[in-house]
Parts: sequence; structure tokens; C-alpha cells
Amino acid sequence: MSRREFTQAIDFRHGRVDMTHGGGGRAMAHLIEALFVKHFDNALLREQNDGAAFALPPGTGRMVMATDSHVVSPLFFPGGDIGCLSVHGTVNDVAMAGGQPLYLAAAFIIEEGFPLADLERIVVSMARAAREAGVPIVTGDTKVVEQGKGDGVFITTTGIGVAAPGIELSGDRARPGDAILLSGSLGDHGVAIMSARENLALDSDLVSDTAALHRLTAAMLECAPGLRCLRDPTRGGLASVLNEFADQSECGMHLREEAIPVKPQVAAACEILGLDPLYVANEGKLVAICPPEDAERLLACMRAHPQGRDAAIIGEVTADPNHFVQMSTRFGGVRMVDWLTGEQLPRIC
Amino acid sequence: MCLAIPARVTALCGDNQARIELGGVQKEVSIALLDQVAVGDYVIVHVGFAIGKLDEAEALRTLALINEMGAPDTAMDLSA
Amino acid sequence: MKYIDEFRDGDLARGLAATIAREVDPARRYRLMEFCGGHTHAISRYGLNDLLPAAIELIHGPGCPVCVLPIGRIDSAIELANRPGLILCSYGDTLRVPASGRLSLIKARAQGADVRMVYSCAEALTIAQQEPEREVVFFAIGFETTTPPTAVVIKQAAALGLKNFSVFSNHVLTPAAMAHIMESAASVSLDGFIGPAHVSTIIGSRPYEAFAERYRRPVVIAGFEPLDVMQSILLLVRQINRGQARVENEFTRAVTPDGNVKAQACVDEVFELRDRFAWRGLGEVAHSALAIRDAYAAYDAERRFDIPMRVVADARACECGAILRGEKHPAQCKAFGTGCTPEHPIGACMVSSEGACAAHYTYGRFRQPAAAPATESKS
Repeated sequence: MSRREFTQAIDFRHGRVDMTHGGGGRAMAHLIEALFVKHFDNALLREQNDGAAFALPPGTGRMVMATDSHVVSPLFFPGGDIGCLSVHGTVNDVAMAGGQPLYLAAAFIIEEGFPLADLERIVVSMARAAREAGVPIVTGDTKVVEQGKGDGVFITTTGIGVAAPGIELSGDRARPGDAILLSGSLGDHGVAIMSARENLALDSDLVSDTAALHRLTAAMLECAPGLRCLRDPTRGGLASVLNEFADQSECGMHLREEAIPVKPQVAAACEILGLDPLYVANEGKLVAICPPEDAERLLACMRAHPQGRDAAIIGEVTADPNHFVQMSTRFGGVRMVDWLTGEQLPRIC
Repeated sequence: MCLAIPARVTALCGDNQARIELGGVQKEVSIALLDQVAVGDYVIVHVGFAIGKLDEAEALRTLALINEMGAPDTAMDLSA
Repeated sequence: MKYIDEFRDGDLARGLAATIAREVDPARRYRLMEFCGGHTHAISRYGLNDLLPAAIELIHGPGCPVCVLPIGRIDSAIELANRPGLILCSYGDTLRVPASGRLSLIKARAQGADVRMVYSCAEALTIAQQEPEREVVFFAIGFETTTPPTAVVIKQAAALGLKNFSVFSNHVLTPAAMAHIMESAASVSLDGFIGPAHVSTIIGSRPYEAFAERYRRPVVIAGFEPLDVMQSILLLVRQINRGQARVENEFTRAVTPDGNVKAQACVDEVFELRDRFAWRGLGEVAHSALAIRDAYAAYDAERRFDIPMRVVADARACECGAILRGEKHPAQCKAFGTGCTPEHPIGACMVSSEGACAAHYTYGRFRQPAAAPATESKS
């Protein structure tokens, strides 16, 4: 596509998104070129077709595809923003299916009046996250909705990846006796987001754990090809993932509370707000289930990786016709870790 | 119940407000319901208000009692 | 976390558990009611039942302000929230409580009502200052612990001369509800009470003395940490073994005989006793709730708005009344876990995670295969 002539530069410092930026005309083309193509820059995107066409790497087993819409308030939070989050979220979804992500697509729904400076900050953050992950954003879409019909910006990303032959990960493959591993401390993201909301006004040095996990999963799959289940405990937290696994695999789970890493700030914020870290969202953690004989080796492999430094074996899969997730408490009792009811809200009683 | 947590007062902010700290998390709360709050005091915080102070000596006494009552050699106390 | 971690020590708990096991009379049962949802929560979250001998039976009382909030009051709150221009603020706890017609505050919000979750009642006041053109109503719930902050905020609103702020008071009182439980015939089977923690920080330990004397039952005021609960159980066992009925205070680090006098005075200035108030699951309880005094009538949403006060009967299928009085175990209710779950609560005890049924469902139902509910005859 030939270069267009744009007479006036977009004012990224003071300008705002208006309806013409989504109208399909010159203003939209200008925004795409001066913002998205500039920062996401890669060969496939530069072609500026409606889609990206590419060949698969040789020796590909199965393909993996995942999509994730990102809506987060506030858009900028300690440790990240909606931009890097939207890259990490989808990279991780591909990785949890055993795939190594190749390419991303990104679709933006932007509210009229949204500051261009904020949009640029988000796009720069996305570009950096994609570059660091080695997963280029090769196609995309931009829509603008009228003021009041969006919440700043929503970003949907879709990822394509490939899984090596023989890799079979699925939530229904857990077996009694299997080990449950967690890659690091719980609740950092959820608490960082909640602290940033103005009405809660909690101050701490805690930052979101948002991170791409595909290199960690690649290392794990190489070390323990018999890995059975992988999932990232995002919304609903660890408790939700384990209940999903228990249901899908028709078994129970038994956790040891003292083995589950939780940072002091997260524990404190949860005390203040009446939340349970087991249900708080994470954006850079994973839960793995593997045969017992692989557990120690897998743990060592995870701990050797920057994203798995605090990894721990937190429990085991049990035979249980009720598919209950249970936990031995630090205090010496046993309790259930049930499905989350509704969403977790701060409570006073 | 009433979810409330013990936290340390780190600063007085005037206008019946104080900053409290728990496990590396800070928050501003009202101290309108207490008399004479000082930096370093531990207060019980409920819905953004300090509703009571903690007495360290009593806490230590309770813990000592728990230790004593849970000791294996505690005498059978069924007599009275 | 000081004053928290040391009261969650598992080794000390095992020591106390061994002492409790030694001292209980295996030939009898000790039916102890923890009034507060906070204790229910600690018992469930730390799995305390596993540490206690079979002779100890813990009965979850009605001390959860969300659970006992009558449906009619939530209906009224929703009716208020639906008024054009009005902002209804409330604590996160109330948002999912089911009202009539399958509604709740969170569903009313989805239908267009301006319902805002606040962490503190002070935020509601701030919203009123920021939006002077709009009526802001704070939907207040809670026991003696939560009432003083509401009183402070009403006084602040008066001092600021705010014209658009009011409070829909549903504040309730603990001793009245405890007495109500003892007045019911089946309560004779309760042997002792674990008394409230933070409520007592405000009201002190003295108000329970008349109760202990009148009903001849021991009361041990206990903190909300698991070691506090264990120790108070041991103190109750000792009193029961000796045939005593005294008020003991395990939570001396935060509870004095007189309580927080400044907070009491603040509440007394703003609030007065209601003749009666309906508790979900318990029915009408005399002198068990607070209304806003005439002097602050301008800040009383019940007077400011013509709120239709509906009385909605509790669901017939549920056994909440009997469960709240300690006559039945959650698993003995036909609706438990079938028609009534935390997702779709029918009765008071399932409404909040601190309700007796919700706590049993969420944390403890693995203990009881549906076929074998706990019964009185088990001992």
C-alpha cells in the first residue's frame, strides 16, 4: 500500500479520539499509521492488509488459538496497564494450551473523547510487551464508540500458536495422586488493581504480576512432557481453576495452605477488604498438574525460571466422587475451597 | 459480624484522620471515635474508622494464658 | 501482622485442643452458640471443627447483619435506588442479597439504578458533597460496631449543612437478639455463648451480665482469630463443668467492661431505640434496632422519602428460624444445597458467607454426606 500524505501531525499530547478515528477514512488511516503501525512495527503488519497471511513453522504439531477481551479499571495500575495486560493475557492463554504463540491480532474499541496521549501510552506498552514476548501483533482493528458507550478503551487480542507433536494438555487429564504446582505468589494483580481504585485508597509497593508465561511453559513442557493440565488463575483465582480441573477430571483436590505463597501486602489487603487470596485474580501465574514422579523435577525447572522463582507444590489430586477441593489449614483443620459465589466484593461483615 | 483489623497508626493527619499500616499496606482512616490517638498505637479499623485501641499488655497476657492452658501438663480442672 | 499472626498459631491450637479434649465430659454434649458471623467465619475458614472433640457442638447464631436484614427493607432500598436522580450507596455485602421478584441491588443497578458500593460510609458523604444536585442515600446495615461510623457521618452531614444526604438505617442490636433466642422454647438446649468481639469493643462486656444472670448461661467474649475461639471454648467448657454462668472476657486486648464510651455517646446522640424490628429468620424482635432521632430527622431517609415499608414473609421452605435458634443443623433443612445455595439463597442463613448455611455449604459440606445429617440423637 502506498504511503498516504497526511498534512498535519496527530497531536498525541493534547488531542482526543473522535468519531472520525473509527470512520474508515483518512483520519483512521492516519491514526493506524502514526500509532499502531509505528509502534507494533513488523513485516506482516506493514503489508497493511485486512488480515495477515503466514506460513507455519516446519514440524508443527497442532495449532492453538485463543482470544481474550480486556476491560480493566483503572486502565493504568501499579505494574502495568491494559496494553501489556492484553498481550500477556492472550500469550498466556495460548501457552496454557501447550502452544508457543506466534502472532497476535488486536482489536480496539475506543470511547470518543479518550485522550490520545493515554492511547499512545497503552499502544507503546503493548508494543513493548509484544516485543519482549517475541510475539508480533500482525493485524488489528479500530472502532470508536460515542462518548458514554464505552469505558475509555477495550482491547481484544487473539493469538495463534503451535504445539509440538505429542503435547496434550487439558483440564480433564488430572488423576488421583498427581501433584498440583503453583508458579508463584497469589493475588498480586487483583490487589494491585483494587488498591489503585480511588475509593479503596490502599497504598503499598505491591505491583501487578502481569507477565508472559510462554517461555516458562516451554521449559516446563520440555522438562515434563507428561504434564497433564496447565491454566492461569486469572479472574476467580486459584480456587476457580482447581474447581474447574476437579470437575473436568472428575476427581478431588487437596491443598496445603502453608505451601501456598502469598505476599504480606496481599495478605494484609485481603484482611482489610475481607477477601480471600485464593479467589483473587493473577495475570502472571500458572497452575500445573503433573504425575507425582515428575513433580520435584518440574518444580526445580520452574524455580530456575524468572517467572517461576517462587513456585511450590501446593497439594495433590485425590479420588473424590463429589469433586471437592479441600485444604488443610495452617491452623490444623480442613476446609473446602468452593467455587466463587458471584464476584468477590470487598465486605464489611 | 464486623470485619475489623488491628493496624498501627503511622501518622496523624489532622481533621480526625490518621494513617494506619498493616503488612506493608497503608490507608487513611477516621479517628473521630477515639480519644487521644498517638503514632505507634494499634487501633481496630472497621469501615474506615478506628473503633478501639489495642492493649499490648492484655494481648501478651492472653497469649501467655493460651500457652499455659494448652500446655500438656495442665492440671485436670474438673474439681470445682 | 501484629495481633493477627500470633493468634493463628497452629501449634498453640493443638495444645488448646488437647486440653479441651481432656476436660470435656464425654458423657454429655456442649452446645455452644457463637452469636457472631465473625466467629462462624473463623471456625469455617480454619476448620476448627477438626480440632474439637465430638462432645462440642458449635451452633451458628444470627450475628450477620446481612443475613438478618428483612427482604422488605431491601425491597425498599431498591425502590429508593430506582428513583430518578437518586444515588444509593451501600457496603459490598448488601449488593447480592436477594429481594422480592428475584431482584437485588446489583440487579437493580443492571436495570439502570445508580447503586454504588462503598467501603466506608464516609465515601457516601463525599459523593453527596461532589454531587450536590442529586439525592444520596446511604443504605446502612450492621451491628453496634458499624453504627458509630454511621453516626459520625450523620453528624458531619449536619455540621456541613448538607441538603442532599440521608441514611436509611437498618442498624440492629446484639443483646436484644441474644435474649430473643433464649426466650424461644428450644433454646434450653444451648449451654453457652461465644460473645461478639468487635461489637463488644464498642458496648463493653457489661451488657452481657444481665443476660448471663437471667438465662443462667455463660458468655465468653472472644476475639475473631482462631486461637481466641479455641480459648473461649475451653473457658466455656470449664464454666459449664462447674455449673457457672458468668461473663468472661477473652478479648481483653480490645474489650473493656465499659467499651468505647465516646462511640456510645455519638450513637446515643444520633440514634434511638425502635420499639420493634423484623429480623429475617427470627421475626419481630422488641427493642432490637435503631432509628434516627428527631434532631437528625433531615438525614433520615425513612422520613425524607415516602418509602413503602413492605413486610415480606420468610420463605416457607426454609428452616432458618430453627437454624438461627440452634434447633436444627443446616443439613437438616430440606432446601439446603438443593433449592437453596449461595448462588440462589432462599433463606437468611444462606445469604452471606457468614450465614450458618452458607458457611456449612462453602467450607464444610464435605464433612456430611447428604444422607447423614447431624441430629440431636447422635450423642
